[in-house]
Amino acid sequence: MQDGILSQEEGRLPALSVEGVSHSYGARKALDEVSFTVPQGSFTALLGPNGAGKSTLFSLVTRLFDVRHGRIHILGFDLTADPGEALRRLGVVFQARTLDLDLSIRQNLVYHAALHGLSGAKAKARIGEILATSELRERLSDKARNLSGGQLRSIEIVRAFMHRPRLILLDEPTVGLDIRSRAAILAEVRRLVREEGVSVLWATHLIDEIDESDRVVVLHQGTVRAEGLVPHVVAAERAGSIGEAFTRLTGVTAANGREEARA
Amino acid sequence: MSGAMIDTAGAPKMRRGFPLSAYLICAGGIVWREGLRFVHQRERFVSALVRPLLWLFIFAAGFRQVLGVSIIAPYKTYILYEVYIAPGLVGMILLFNGMQSSLSMVYDRETGTMKTLLVSPLPRWYLLCSKLFAGVAVGVVQVYVFFAIAWFWEVRPDWLGYLSALPAIFLAGLMLGALGMLLSSLVQQLENFAGVMNFVIFPMYFASSALYPLWRVQESSPLLYRICQFNPFTHAVELIRFALYRQFNTDAFLIVLGCTIVFLGGAILAYDPARGLISRKRQ
Repeated sequence: MQDGILSQEEGRLPALSVEGVSHSYGARKALDEVSFTVPQGSFTALLGPNGAGKSTLFSLVTRLFDVRHGRIHILGFDLTADPGEALRRLGVVFQARTLDLDLSIRQNLVYHAALHGLSGAKAKARIGEILATSELRERLSDKARNLSGGQLRSIEIVRAFMHRPRLILLDEPTVGLDIRSRAAILAEVRRLVREEGVSVLWATHLIDEIDESDRVVVLHQGTVRAEGLVPHVVAAERAGSIGEAFTRLTGVTAANGREEARA
Repeated sequence: MSGAMIDTAGAPKMRRGFPLSAYLICAGGIVWREGLRFVHQRERFVSALVRPLLWLFIFAAGFRQVLGVSIIAPYKTYILYEVYIAPGLVGMILLFNGMQSSLSMVYDRETGTMKTLLVSPLPRWYLLCSKLFAGVAVGVVQVYVFFAIAWFWEVRPDWLGYLSALPAIFLAGLMLGALGMLLSSLVQQLENFAGVMNFVIFPMYFASSALYPLWRVQESSPLLYRICQFNPFTHAVELIRFALYRQFNTDAFLIVLGCTIVFLGGAILAYDPARGLISRKRQ
């Protein structure tokens, strides 16, 4: 169903475009006129402290919540008007674990592929392709509940790539993992991005997960405080580092994964 | 902050859509997963069977001497009480299966696995219908295993009756599964689901024609008789009862079909992000 090849029109559009999106929980506004883009082929970090509105934004982009104010386009397809075309181009790793622990790893991946219209044979071929060099290939028959937190997360990332999406959303994918697992997950995603040529929106509150060459969107209290390549954001804030720029933009000290893991 | 506006005039016009095979593979995947979960949860299978069998072996044995069943349609002769309550017990299997499926939907929502289903690009109504079909398929297997055991207990409609009952069993399963799905959208937490047992399953089962003919109920309480008539479970049981003896109960069919459409429509609306209750409840 999904061959991963972009049409000529899609090739020149942003992978993700969020325009003036607001969302409220009762009287509390979680997102207020949020606008940003994720260019194709980019690794964009959505940086914000806990409670900034990152998960709400993800729920809107994945259509778990309805976009009531503003517009979201995925490769030019309006999420509200054309959800099927938009969602088929999207892969997601949610913050909470979403694998079925009673099923094997292979069964989880085949089930996900089926939800995207991929046959069992195609799914198995795709699993072999993605996990060609991974140790997880040996664990495919194991039940999900027998894997470690880091391994489960890796499988969820593989699952997000199964249907050859053009945009991957990862909502705090390294939360709860040790330093080694965090590094391994980040390296794995960057490798897949290089090899598959997809665009990534990586939500995080950890400053050390951001690379100098990444794009960054700083989200705080439901509003976008800065957007652009890391060196540009740092220069605009006349800061020495992205951590310092983040503190100036939000008034919050940037969290560091290594320090969090030690704590 | 960013003025990132998309040029919608340049939005792609080409929509590839989804071929029929994608829909079939998706539905097959959902049924396959439901089947795997059922196989992995052997205790669910055993308890689904033990419950109606206990009613058949113990309750019916005790009550056959107390409750006389006169000749009423679709039966043409006097029948054992076990034979009378068998369609009601089939309804019980489907009722519990429907509630079990909705319980697993609440569980899936709490554990996050529901998100995997809901972010599929196929239409949400189709995903929910596939999920419903998958649950009913599991229920139908349980029903026929029950029939096989009940055969040794002198519940023996003719062989064609087993076949003619299949569409009725499936439709009744759809109605009860759709009701369960609608309830799952209303229940916020797994713990609250115990209330469904008290306020839905037991009243539906006991205020119906599953255990005793409605004319007997009418003799003892006209009000309860009215309630039984309004209970869609009564009509699901009667649809199965008639179909098991190769007769078609038009009234029961229309009521069960109508209730299925209403319950399923409600569930689809509830799971629709634009109008649904799911996102509002998180607020």
